[in-house]
Amino acid sequence: MAYSDKVMDHFSNPRNMGEIDNPSGVGTVGNAQCGDIMRVYFDIDDAGIIRDVKFKTFGCAAAVATSSMATELVKGKNVQDALKVTNKAVCEALDGLPPVKVHCSLLAEEAIHAALWDYAEKNGIAIDGLKKPKSDIHEDESEDEEY
Amino acid sequence: MDKLIYLDNAATTSVLPAVVDEMIPYFTDGFGNPSSLYEFGQRARAAITDARVRIAAHLGVDAPEVYFTGSGTESDNWALKETAFAYQDKGRHIITSSIEHHAVSHTCAWLEKRGFEVTYLPVDAEGIVSVHSLVDALRDDTTLVSVILANNEIGTIQPIKELAEAAHARGALFHTDAVQAVAHLPVNAAELGVDMLSASAHKFHGPKGVGLLYIKKGVKTRSFMDGGAQERKRRAGTENVPGIMGMAKALDLGMADLASRAAHDQELRDRLIDRVLAEVEHVRLNGHRTQRLPGNANFSFEFVEGESLLLTLEQKGILASSGSACASGSLDPSHVLLAIGLPHEIAHGSLRLSLGEETTAADIDYTVEAIKEVVVRLRAMSPLYEDFVKGRKPISAVK
Repeated sequence: MAYSDKVMDHFSNPRNMGEIDNPSGVGTVGNAQCGDIMRVYFDIDDAGIIRDVKFKTFGCAAAVATSSMATELVKGKNVQDALKVTNKAVCEALDGLPPVKVHCSLLAEEAIHAALWDYAEKNGIAIDGLKKPKSDIHEDESEDEEY
Repeated sequence: MDKLIYLDNAATTSVLPAVVDEMIPYFTDGFGNPSSLYEFGQRARAAITDARVRIAAHLGVDAPEVYFTGSGTESDNWALKETAFAYQDKGRHIITSSIEHHAVSHTCAWLEKRGFEVTYLPVDAEGIVSVHSLVDALRDDTTLVSVILANNEIGTIQPIKELAEAAHARGALFHTDAVQAVAHLPVNAAELGVDMLSASAHKFHGPKGVGLLYIKKGVKTRSFMDGGAQERKRRAGTENVPGIMGMAKALDLGMADLASRAAHDQELRDRLIDRVLAEVEHVRLNGHRTQRLPGNANFSFEFVEGESLLLTLEQKGILASSGSACASGSLDPSHVLLAIGLPHEIAHGSLRLSLGEETTAADIDYTVEAIKEVVVRLRAMSPLYEDFVKGRKPISAVK
């Protein structure tokens, strides 16, 4: 697999890997059948700034690297700006992905959106432009499984 | 990376220096075309005739029953397609297993699109096809049964002799893909009682780009390539003389020390399997514990994904293979691992290590330590493992 040096760097030394206790928001997307699951935790302050972000990923090198890069790109941003971090931006920041792996970068964007949705719900706020995630599979006792 | 531990001998093997030496004259001084009538060409013909005789002897068959091809894949395609069509007046039903190499399974799919009916026999949890299931599947219109001798992913060895007998009892022909088995197991086509058998040189320290198909005398198959009169008019195209000479030499060498090489591979394989099962948590061995290729080990490490595992091992100088979807570029994990009943997420975490004669005990010990380290690292990164540790419902159960 022809991965860029950046991808291999983020795969070998992932940034922001881990968990956050009592996160402001958490989202898990993907599906074990396809072999990719990504979870993002946010610590967001009262001003809506992402103070800390952590991720965990089950998946290939592209999935790990995009998770790592996506968390780097949203860290320190306010939630509105974090929403603007697209999979395309993540790919570009990694100097590209092999064509068969581009779908992995979609997962990083979705995981961020899912965690932001969770944050918005917990705080009873609406984030402009944020849609309910299609595939949030985060297990939370308080959440109902709607689909 | 200075250290290089090659544990992917099921993918391909090194070409032995003696094999290269055998081949070189047929590129240089003796480059003649075996179909040329002059002495210079006839020397090449004599060489491949001698190679055919030696190869046939190793397989326990007659020289005219050995046909040279370009690969194991070509041999499988030929055996299935041309036999299916040659016997279609008798019937259009073919039986194979659910753990075939794609060279067979995709060929079966090709035949299905052309009006043939294919039954895919299930395997048990260890990957073995039961003779009973074949007996039940055989019909009057079954013309051909094809079952892989030793599986390329999980190494499971099938009861080919019994399966072939069952097929013959109902008047069906029997083909086996022996690509992983030849020169690693004592493969004698006559003793196995098969009608056709595929092999490939680069799996036993021969060159790439050359394989063979054994077709028992009397079996009708249509010609696979139209053109000249090569290979008894069944497979046209100028013979790959250096490749054929290399294949014959590699088989000579491989058969000469088969028992000692198999014992070496098996001892190290067992050391690897025993250590991994004892020292890594949440791991399973795929395939049969003993009915498997001497050099094959295949594990599934829960909560980790195969491509990540492979790439991290590569960074430690270990070259292996995985049945994960990401490693293969498709969306589904290996059909073989699914056929033995693994859930998708566990199939994604598979690792195949295939040993060879260059493998040492020190290599195995280094590899075990590397696997332990890598699995811990990847599990620390895995949301599946986090959920498992925290006692949450597995994500795959949520849909």
